[in-house]
Amino acid sequence: MEGSFLALTLRRFLRNRTAVVGGLVLILLAIAAVAAPFLAPYDPREMHPAERLSAPSPSYPLGADQFGRDILSRLLYGARISLRVGFLSTGMALFLGLLLGLTAGYVGGWADTIISRILDIMFAFPFMLLAVSIMAVLGPKEVNVIITIGVVYAPIFARICRGSTLSAKENEYIQAARLVGASDVRIVIRHIMPNIMAPIIVQTTLSLATAIIAEAALSFLGVGTPPPAPSWGEMVSRGREFMELSPWGAIFPAVAIFTTVLSFNLLGDGLRDALDPLMQRAS
Amino acid sequence: MYRYIAGRMVAAIPVLVGISIVVFLLTSLIPGDVVTVMLGMMRSPQAEATLRRLFGLDQPIYVRYLVWMGGVLRGDLGVSLRTGEPVFHALVTRFPVTIELTVLSLIVGLIVGIPSGIIAAVKQYSKADYVVSVVSLSGVCLPDFLVGTLLVLIFALWLRVLPPTGYVGLRENPVQNLRLMILPAFTLGIGSAAVFMRMTRSAMLEVIHKDYVRTARAKGLTERVVLLVHAFRNALIPVVTVVGIDAGFLLSGVVIVETIFSLPGVGRLALDSVAMRDYPMVQGVVLLVATTFVLVNLVVDILYVYLDPRIRY
Repeated sequence: MEGSFLALTLRRFLRNRTAVVGGLVLILLAIAAVAAPFLAPYDPREMHPAERLSAPSPSYPLGADQFGRDILSRLLYGARISLRVGFLSTGMALFLGLLLGLTAGYVGGWADTIISRILDIMFAFPFMLLAVSIMAVLGPKEVNVIITIGVVYAPIFARICRGSTLSAKENEYIQAARLVGASDVRIVIRHIMPNIMAPIIVQTTLSLATAIIAEAALSFLGVGTPPPAPSWGEMVSRGREFMELSPWGAIFPAVAIFTTVLSFNLLGDGLRDALDPLMQRAS
Repeated sequence: MYRYIAGRMVAAIPVLVGISIVVFLLTSLIPGDVVTVMLGMMRSPQAEATLRRLFGLDQPIYVRYLVWMGGVLRGDLGVSLRTGEPVFHALVTRFPVTIELTVLSLIVGLIVGIPSGIIAAVKQYSKADYVVSVVSLSGVCLPDFLVGTLLVLIFALWLRVLPPTGYVGLRENPVQNLRLMILPAFTLGIGSAAVFMRMTRSAMLEVIHKDYVRTARAKGLTERVVLLVHAFRNALIPVVTVVGIDAGFLLSGVVIVETIFSLPGVGRLALDSVAMRDYPMVQGVVLLVATTFVLVNLVVDILYVYLDPRIRY
């Protein structure tokens, strides 16, 4: 059954050309990020004052920023930050969301009431202000950006998980598992979780895109990954100040962010379509 | 209906109290306070102690919260620790700028998004549908700060047809106000338009194949009447839901746009207040924005009753 589920999903996914393109772009991006030390022509922090704000040329393929740092090198190393923050923060949000959502949905009662009220508060809180406030508490470090985005996005996963769990726990196989003496933990892990993973997988892919945007936005505001680390958002923010003289410092990181986010969205949409009949069957 | 509205307002109170507690705790945990920021290099233990006593920062956190909450219930949001300006006055002065930006952005989003979504649904799988799909996906993938940066580059720096930053009051000079608000409104509006396009297209596709739409066509009604009066009216519920949610997100997203375009709204006020550890101002802004979000959701729920007479609370 499991083999046919994966094969069916993969076959449906591969029929979606835009989703496949999105996936390939992300694979290329990941390779570029991992191979940055070999692909980057310069150290991303190395300054060449004589080349400040220079246009694209053979020596600086995408130009140089206001400190004479190579933009291509900074983009390649910046990909590491974006992907690292994207994956780790989404992983954290997924973990917290599953914990809260499964507890609220399966246990119900007072646990559901308390967790649902906490989620209501988090959703009504202006997201950017919440993120900026948490960063102000923790301080400007990459690990704190991961924690902040993870905490702020956890409610989205918790809501999806809670809804799916409430639906899944009414199925007969859950009652059967209880009757044969399965513990609650076993029921949740072995029976409920596998049957609610389809919407979670789709949301995870889409959240990767929004996590990358969030990291870039926080860095753009000056409260995210601190300089001289080559965060794409910080590059857009600094590049903006010199746009009249040299727009490359803002344009190329902007293109990088857009391409990455678009690829994740295409992948997420493709996964949603591939998993759709299975999601309908699960609900 | 009035009982439903009253019930929703009562249910919103614990959410708003919870938000006030969260923001109070967060601002208290931020390292340093307004005293360390104000005194800077000139701080001494005596000066710090005097200022902390003056601002009430020497009190335990729960005492400070209860004092603040008591003030809120009397309509007193406190005083800015940075400027001495009453928080209420600062919000009343700056919130209209944020509201204007939010409303203009919504207008841009609705004017661009809804007709495009209708056209894409009616002409499904055509070139128009493809263009709308590409544009809406691109809009969703472009963060506000990227759109703002690119719009400033193209229209203010290259073409020089619009000013890049600044603000003039609507009553002071309406024409200049609108000129200055075009780029910020489109920055936020493009993202909203993308969301509205997708939702309108999806909602219309669900509706235009229904039997009652086929009946309306069979009765000889013009296509415009069929689409706008019969199909679109019934597709409005999910669209209105998304507009309501988006209004809430716009209020959150203005922080970045107000920073890019130097607009004196509450988003930028909150960002500056967090940096300066001006707790009463941060608390006031968050409470205001959260209350507005709750009210917008309530208005959306009330609109459902007028859009679909079958819905009753």
